[in-house]
Amino acid sequence: MTDILPFLKSLISVSGLSGFETPVARIIEEKWCPLVDEVSISRVGSLHGLKKGSGKSPRPSVMIAAHMDAIGMRVSKITDGFLHITNIGGIDVRVLPGAEVTVHAASSGEELPAVIAIPPANLLPESVGDGVVGINYLLVDTGLIPREVERKVRVGDLVSFANEPMELAGDVISGHSLDNRASVAAVTVCLEELQNKAHIWDVWATATVQEEVSYLGAYSSAFELRPQIAIAVDGTFAKGPGANGWQTFSMGKGVGLCFGPNMHPFLHKKLKEMAEKLEITWFLDVTPGHSNTDAFPMQITADGIPTALVEFPFRYMHTPVEMVSVKDVYRAGRLLAEFVASLDADFVDTITWE
Amino acid sequence: MQTFGNAQLKLLERLCNVIAVSGDEGEVRKIVLEEVKPYADEAKVDAMGNVLVTKLGHRKHRMRVLLDAHMDEVGFMLVADDGEGIYRFEAVGGIDVRHLVGKQVFVGRERIPGVIGAKPVHLMSSDERTKKVPIDALRIDVGPGGKAKVGDWAGFATKFRRVGPSILAKSIDDRIGVATLIELVKYAPSNIDLCAAFTVQEEIGLRGAKVAAYYFDPDLAIAIDSSPARDLPVFDGGENMTYNTKLGLGPAIYVADGSTLHDPRLVRFLQETAEAEKLPYQIRQPGGGGTDSGAIQRSLVGIPTVSVSVPHRYTHSPVSISRVDDWKNTINLLHAALKRITPSLIAMR
Repeated sequence: MTDILPFLKSLISVSGLSGFETPVARIIEEKWCPLVDEVSISRVGSLHGLKKGSGKSPRPSVMIAAHMDAIGMRVSKITDGFLHITNIGGIDVRVLPGAEVTVHAASSGEELPAVIAIPPANLLPESVGDGVVGINYLLVDTGLIPREVERKVRVGDLVSFANEPMELAGDVISGHSLDNRASVAAVTVCLEELQNKAHIWDVWATATVQEEVSYLGAYSSAFELRPQIAIAVDGTFAKGPGANGWQTFSMGKGVGLCFGPNMHPFLHKKLKEMAEKLEITWFLDVTPGHSNTDAFPMQITADGIPTALVEFPFRYMHTPVEMVSVKDVYRAGRLLAEFVASLDADFVDTITWE
Repeated sequence: MQTFGNAQLKLLERLCNVIAVSGDEGEVRKIVLEEVKPYADEAKVDAMGNVLVTKLGHRKHRMRVLLDAHMDEVGFMLVADDGEGIYRFEAVGGIDVRHLVGKQVFVGRERIPGVIGAKPVHLMSSDERTKKVPIDALRIDVGPGGKAKVGDWAGFATKFRRVGPSILAKSIDDRIGVATLIELVKYAPSNIDLCAAFTVQEEIGLRGAKVAAYYFDPDLAIAIDSSPARDLPVFDGGENMTYNTKLGLGPAIYVADGSTLHDPRLVRFLQETAEAEKLPYQIRQPGGGGTDSGAIQRSLVGIPTVSVSVPHRYTHSPVSISRVDDWKNTINLLHAALKRITPSLIAMR
């Protein structure tokens, strides 16, 4: 098994905001090329890696989807050389003040380092004061003089988190955009495992676009690839400071298998059995409603697709210091590979409701 | 004028990138001693941890001039171990908690990497989302099994950057003063006895400066610091009347702050020097806040004191911004001023 950490670090050292995934897509494509038979890009930018199975054509296929887009910001207005911003995806405004960011000046291709500032209370409406400052009042400062800013930056330019990955104790990695690049790494581990493993089914490794805003990538790729079954890989909440409720799980202690109306119970059961067979520790993540992952759109694509969701716990989700246990990335990758390899030619016919 | 260039910027980069929270100034102390020793007549570390450097002149009727810059920065101390590499912490110095969620830090002398985490936004009630996260709801997380310990200091992990005309770095307050003072020791003029105090614990009450002033017993003093520039636009497009200082307008001369009326003779002297040398300067808007000058002025029989600072935006936050030219002009102003100091400057009659 190769070391996935350098690849994961490269994935969280670039931007790739929702709708603008190219910087990260390039890195994934380069990594996947030698691991699959064909790589293609969907009309809206999702990356499809096809690893062909050994079964007779036409073969059934499984789509394994991890979204590659990340939340971020974009310039909405420029005042005296300071940039106003708006969000792309679900930004937690409390993490923004003091955050190091990159302003992507589209007109020149320049990447400008910058910081997000809270204006002093006396420059804000009294109702804001020294409380939580909404994104509409925050300002981005590039350190450049106003004339240079006006020359380089345009309304609409992207602003992404710029902090570098940090390796922490206990095999943990921290950085921005681990949601959901860590899952892209898990899918990559799966592809690596499948290099030396026979599998009958075709595998569509899929890095989807725009999960954080509209699930556009998962909707469109599931429709285009029309797999017999689909598995989304994404994060769930880790236990940690302020997070100890029923929907939180121990980081580094195993993979999550999601259960609820968004999942096909048969697939859930098969994944559970496989985890137990492999002695991969797993936990049950019950989701009574929307899973808020690519599993949601894939399940209702075309005439419906049996769908499952494999996850691992993220600490500090949607902050620039998300944390993931690298062990869990391997566990998820290995579980996916073994599950794919276990699929018989007639697996689809065995899927039952009762 | 002395030359200013890469060597000075490299020194500032080293100073900004080390962590030296109040009470734990060792990393800066090390750099200061290494830099000033070859030039000093005396360099000692006192009971507080201040670095006190004397560089004697060799003309007659020399004034003893105290120059002060504080070595410490705001930061954190770990106060309780929650297990699993997660620690409670308190702020050391004045920190706006709104800058803390989601930031990277280094803990202890071994620079153990960690992050400041909080409850994910998805799990918060809409009421929680509109409130500041208090410091006791935040944690420093170094990863499971991490080896930090209660009592360790921690600081922001920000790396120094040069961008166009600016510097983006943590703790420009007051490493830019420390770097300035190192330069002044290296190029001290011969008409004065230069007493350089690299002080500790400014951020928690100007504590190092108090004993440094007592030790040196100077004729006059200049505190070299970095003051907040609040020169941002007003939300409704109105004029910003309370900018404190502005980037790009040169060194900021203090006339009055929260605790000190700066000596008018020295204020006038600095203005005259700047005008004679054709150097830009600005008057820091009178108002609250303060520098080591507050502690120095009231020492002994009273010490005529002024404060000069390099403006920076985003004080006590993970990333501050200053202009290189403001710094260069501050060094040049102080250097020119020192050469012009004579006993008549503060003569009362």
